Amino acid sequence: MFLFIVKRLVQIVPVILGVTLVVFLIMQMVPGDPAAILAGEGASQETIEQYREDLGLNRPVLQQYVSYVGNVFQGDLGNSLKNKQPVLDEIMLRLPITMELAFYSILITIVLGLGAGIISAVKPYSIRDVSVMVIALLGISLPSFWLGLLLMYVFSVKLHWLPVAGWDGPLNIILPAVTLGLGGAAIVARMTRSSMLDVIGQDYIRTARAKGLKEHFVIYKHALRNALIPVITVVGLQFGSLLGGTVLIESVFAINGLGRMIVDAIRTRDLPMVQGGVLVASLVFVFVNLLVDVLYRAVNKRIDLN
Amino acid sequence: MSVMEKEPILEVNHLKQYFPLKKESLFSPKQTVKAVDDISFKLYPGETLSIVGESGCGKSTTGRSILRLDEPTEGEVLFNGASMTSLSKKELREMRGDIQVIFQDPYASLNPRQTIRKMLQEAMTIQNVMPKKQMEARMLELMSLVGLRPEYLERYPHEFSGGQRQRIGIARALCVNPKVIICDEAVSALDVSIQAQIINLLKRMQRDLDLTFLFISHDLSVVRHISDRVIVMYLGSIVEIADKDSLFDRPSHPYTRALLSAIPSTDEQQKKTRIILKGDVPSPINPPTGCRFHTRCPFATDLCKTDVPELRALTPTHKVACHYAETLLSSPPV
Amino acid sequence: MEPEVVLQVKNLKTYFTTSKGTAKAVDGVDFTLHKGETLGIVGESGCGKSMTSLSLLRLIPSPPGKIVDGEILLNNKDIVTMKEDELRKVRGNQISMIFQEPMTSLNPIIPVGEQIAETVRLHQRLSRKAAWQKAVDLLELVGLPSPEKRAKQEPFQLSGGMRQRVMIAMALACTPEVLIADEPTTALDVTIQAQILELMKDLQKQIGMSIIFITHDLGVVSEVCDQVAVMYAGQVVEHRSARDLFNSPLHPYTQGLLASLPKIHENQEELQTIEGAVPSPYDYPAGCRFADRCQHARAICRAEAPVLEAVGGTESKVRCFMYTEKWETAAEEEEVLCP
Ligand SMILES: Nc1ncnc2c1ncn2[C@@H]1O[C@H](COP(=O)(O)OP(=O)(O)OP(=O)(O)O)[C@@H](O)[C@H]1O
Ligand SMILES: Nc1ncnc2c1ncn2[C@@H]1O[C@H](COP(=O)(O)OP(=O)(O)OP(=O)(O)O)[C@@H](O)[C@H]1O
Ligand code: SF4
Ligand SMILES: [Mg+2]
Ligand SMILES: [Mg+2]
Repeated sequence: MFLFIVKRLVQIVPVILGVTLVVFLIMQMVPGDPAAILAGEGASQETIEQYREDLGLNRPVLQQYVSYVGNVFQGDLGNSLKNKQPVLDEIMLRLPITMELAFYSILITIVLGLGAGIISAVKPYSIRDVSVMVIALLGISLPSFWLGLLLMYVFSVKLHWLPVAGWDGPLNIILPAVTLGLGGAAIVARMTRSSMLDVIGQDYIRTARAKGLKEHFVIYKHALRNALIPVITVVGLQFGSLLGGTVLIESVFAINGLGRMIVDAIRTRDLPMVQGGVLVASLVFVFVNLLVDVLYRAVNKRIDLN
Repeated sequence: MSVMEKEPILEVNHLKQYFPLKKESLFSPKQTVKAVDDISFKLYPGETLSIVGESGCGKSTTGRSILRLDEPTEGEVLFNGASMTSLSKKELREMRGDIQVIFQDPYASLNPRQTIRKMLQEAMTIQNVMPKKQMEARMLELMSLVGLRPEYLERYPHEFSGGQRQRIGIARALCVNPKVIICDEAVSALDVSIQAQIINLLKRMQRDLDLTFLFISHDLSVVRHISDRVIVMYLGSIVEIADKDSLFDRPSHPYTRALLSAIPSTDEQQKKTRIILKGDVPSPINPPTGCRFHTRCPFATDLCKTDVPELRALTPTHKVACHYAETLLSSPPV
Repeated sequence: MEPEVVLQVKNLKTYFTTSKGTAKAVDGVDFTLHKGETLGIVGESGCGKSMTSLSLLRLIPSPPGKIVDGEILLNNKDIVTMKEDELRKVRGNQISMIFQEPMTSLNPIIPVGEQIAETVRLHQRLSRKAAWQKAVDLLELVGLPSPEKRAKQEPFQLSGGMRQRVMIAMALACTPEVLIADEPTTALDVTIQAQILELMKDLQKQIGMSIIFITHDLGVVSEVCDQVAVMYAGQVVEHRSARDLFNSPLHPYTQGLLASLPKIHENQEELQTIEGAVPSPYDYPAGCRFADRCQHARAICRAEAPVLEAVGGTESKVRCFMYTEKWETAAEEEEVLCP
């Protein structure tokens, strides 16, 4: 197991390289000249050139990339083009907010998803099951920004129960976390249901019943633990799309998290900021996946052998 | 024996089939499953040679290696005297027409979206056995040969019962005019009454079409009924090979004896002479040293733990791999 | 003196309702199990053996399955109409089961010792520790080497034979009155099967329970059973002592079954067969269900359904007109009907 974790940590290095390269290339290709944007409208050609010189943007692309990667491995993500502050400082300010949002969202995904999935699976094809699954299907197909706006309209604008936007108190967390977590919950619910149904049909569940166990013991002790094994992987993947979702949701709810930072940085062609943001987001994703893999192995000891 | 005076149609020499196992971690040693470990035998035209042994002893792997469905690790297979290991793609394809397989699970080996007609046509076209025009007549002939109605040609595999599917498997094997048929547990999944029908069918085909069978099975009663000669395998190697009567009447390897006595039977006499082996079948990853059977053998001595017994001839038609075969043969069963 | 009756099944019917219609998987099964006796249930694949055994503990997958009629009397109490909590006290305690697939019948992620201890705790007032110790003892009883170590392992670390020993240990945990074994050795190798059969015979002597042994292997039946019920198309067609059955089978189906076995001790040119196929459980014929395959069938066999009856004052029961008074008169009828 230890060896497995070390191996996975080593694998992170090429991931970092890949992510930086892709972001770097994309930013090179998008139209818009960062130097010109910085210099402001109506700036003279000299001023722009001056900016370009200062930022090192006149060097060959490859050279820019190599020096960037070298810095990254020393923990230096460069300075923002806009306010000249270190990118890392800005990220450290924004990351906790996004992580908090992601944490509550994934909590909603897990709790709601598992709950709905189990409820459905215990009585398959009942009215309860069908209605839960129809809602789940809706949850998967609704775009999250639209859902966010809808929730905002109902609960904040009309009912005045919850604040519209911002990030100042616990009440602020509810709407964005629900918006972000609901789609995942729907997917997890469907996965839990099919995995539970599969397990409930297995011979060892019949064995458990033949022992005289109460039905809820059969479900929670014998079925659920086996059914969770594939669900863990889905939750891990869900976390990835959830991180992607923060970009939109933070903008909709005006939350100053990492996602919004990246969006703003893209708009102003703040190259180091974009790169830094995406890199950190990727790292978080990779670590969460590592965690999921470790968890998966702990639950399912069989795969250690074959 | 008259068959053995002929030239063998298939000859297996020192065949080995090792499967590398995936490594558990960086530092664990490389492991291999020695599924088949140096076996040799000859198959004569017109005979039925059976391979018996417990699950995992390498019966199916032997069959697959002969067909080169798995590339053998070592050793050679001669078909009509020519080495099969050096065949070109085209020759290999032709050879596959001459050697056909019938599998245990007839359902899994039939394409569910193909009618029986389609399936037979395809097999015949690939092997190029006859012009298109004659195929129709041939298919009807095959269907009546295996005892299925001609209109069943238009049906799909799921519309048949287990016994009927096995008949379809046989028809498919026969449609390319093979010389050798490898039956891998071809009747094991069937009920007794259907099993009897299929066995009779196979024997009739053999008589009428002069086929040669390599019959893989773990059911010794069936093997006794259908075979001319029998190979007993244990953990990837041959422990005994003999003509049927001498194997069943004078089993000389302790494993063969235990195997024969372990068969539940409706016969009162049999129940009294049971030999119950201790322990499980060892793993083919780390087979025991010396005689592979020594961990479970009631007669094992120190010699058995260290020295590998050769497969040697007791009589011209009876070979056995046990240090003490002669003494065991003269002693009464335990 | 006749040993006491432990379990009596009367006219048991278990049907499956699907989109294709109603499958009468078990359609009027009757049998009696005495104390200390081993009853074999044999028959071809799909004849309803497993569904009969699952019905005994009401473990039929439902929907689509349902016990629609009949009684299952355990010490004169009817399991069919029992309340859920009463039924749970019977399961694993008075009646326990072993299933065919040792590979899939144990929970893959729970140590085998815990799976046994769980049953013990459920039906006996024992502490966790005492229950665990009992599990280890049981594993020793069924001959698992180093039981303390094995008890902590998960099923995938055990071989098929070992897993079946674990299943047996689990089934014996509460010294049941009745043990139902549904093809307990079919998935095992012959030499391992011989070990397990020997073990079951030994344990039965020690514990004195009754066993219902389900199999399609007639050899196994003759090894371990005192009584045999032969099933065909959802019904029992012959029920007698094993010795009588193998010496002189009465029902034409049993006769055909025994004749079609390849004999290990003799060379035969051709095996006998029963021509034709088993009727579909969705659509059984009106008369005798074996009539289409029976050499002796007469007009009455297709017109009327025979019942399971004792033959001429003996213990042996058979479901066939040949052994009734109607047979003689039926003979004449047929000559008229089918020249
Ligand atoms: N592709 C493979 N990779 C690794 N191991 C394999 C492979 N194929 C077979 N084996 C192993 O080789 C051994 C022999 O397998 P084989 O299928 O030949 O046994 P068998 O005698 O046919 O058994 P059975 O009666 O169960 O069919 C087994 O231990 C099996 O696990
Ligand atoms: N879920 C189901 N839906 C419909 N029919 C079913 C279902 N389960 C079982 N049956 C029917 O019940 C009949 C009896 O099945 P059962 O499993 O009892 O057979 P068996 O005698 O145990 O056979 P085997 O020897 O193959 O185990 C079968 O013919 C099958 O068609
Ligand atoms: S009742 Fe008639 S058809 Fe049925 S088994 Fe007896 S003789 Fe044959
Ligand atoms: Mg095989
Ligand atoms: Mg069954």
